[in-house]
Amino acid sequence: MKIGVVTFPGTLDDRDAARAVRLAGGEAVSLWHADTNLHSVDAVVLPGGFSFGDYLRCGAIAAQAPVMQSIIDAANGGLPVLGICNGFQVLVESHLLPGGLIRNEHQHFICRDQKLIVENVDTAWTNGFELGQEITIPLKNGEGGYIADQETLKRLEGEGLIAFRYSEVNPNGSINNIAGLRNERGNVVGLMPHPEHAVEPGFGPDTSVAMRSGVDGLTFFTSVLKQVVNS
Amino acid sequence: MPKADLLDPAGKAVANALQRKGHAEIANVRIGKRIELHYATTPTEADIEAAKQIAADFLSNGVIEDVISVTVEN
Repeated sequence: MKIGVVTFPGTLDDRDAARAVRLAGGEAVSLWHADTNLHSVDAVVLPGGFSFGDYLRCGAIAAQAPVMQSIIDAANGGLPVLGICNGFQVLVESHLLPGGLIRNEHQHFICRDQKLIVENVDTAWTNGFELGQEITIPLKNGEGGYIADQETLKRLEGEGLIAFRYSEVNPNGSINNIAGLRNERGNVVGLMPHPEHAVEPGFGPDTSVAMRSGVDGLTFFTSVLKQVVNS
Repeated sequence: MPKADLLDPAGKAVANALQRKGHAEIANVRIGKRIELHYATTPTEADIEAAKQIAADFLSNGVIEDVISVTVEN
């Protein structure tokens, strides 16, 4: 199973995302922002970072990159796509997911192990979780405050399109504690926290069992591999 | 400009600084962007229409920002 990982100028976490794919048992394929060819991948990860220097708006210029035109078409056809942090911003700017992301309410960049509640498991990237499961995933962003107009918010809540909510604390002022979304079809998921940083014992968040033993992020990648095999 | 009902942290930070400097009369500050498109030749009506489209579709995000005006200047 081949999972593409896109690199834009300014992307930071592409190598970590590729490593997470491999640890989950998949083959990671590097995709380049200027190349429209998706190289027959079975799914795509848009990793975190600061694509195009966050100029104009976070993710806005990346959303116009040649590779995104191919990804938007493929996503509309059902290709699983996961947007992490800056990748979530790219998905929102590409209109694959609704709403917008603005500077954190408290104006500080935040970096912490964040508890999340899994709100939806009917997606390519979350089917390995249990509904309502609490997971811990590293969060690191300056512009992670999710907003949407009242009508959109009503639709997100009404149609079960919220994939993750922040638990215990709202780290960035996101409306309704929204940490991540899914699209109607469930193939596109975007979230601000970084699952690719919680995939290997010794390097993940602390748990009650042992320091740095958290691997909740691995389930994103095993979920999509399972989905691709079954489809 | 960021939408009126949206928190504008940069504007808020500037407003706080102005209050600290004694400008109690300034209740609020909002910060937007000015984006200039430079044309090689004098822009036509069609160019201006296209610029309005660019402003709406790409230069701004309607969820969080409003385009205040598109004007031709020298």
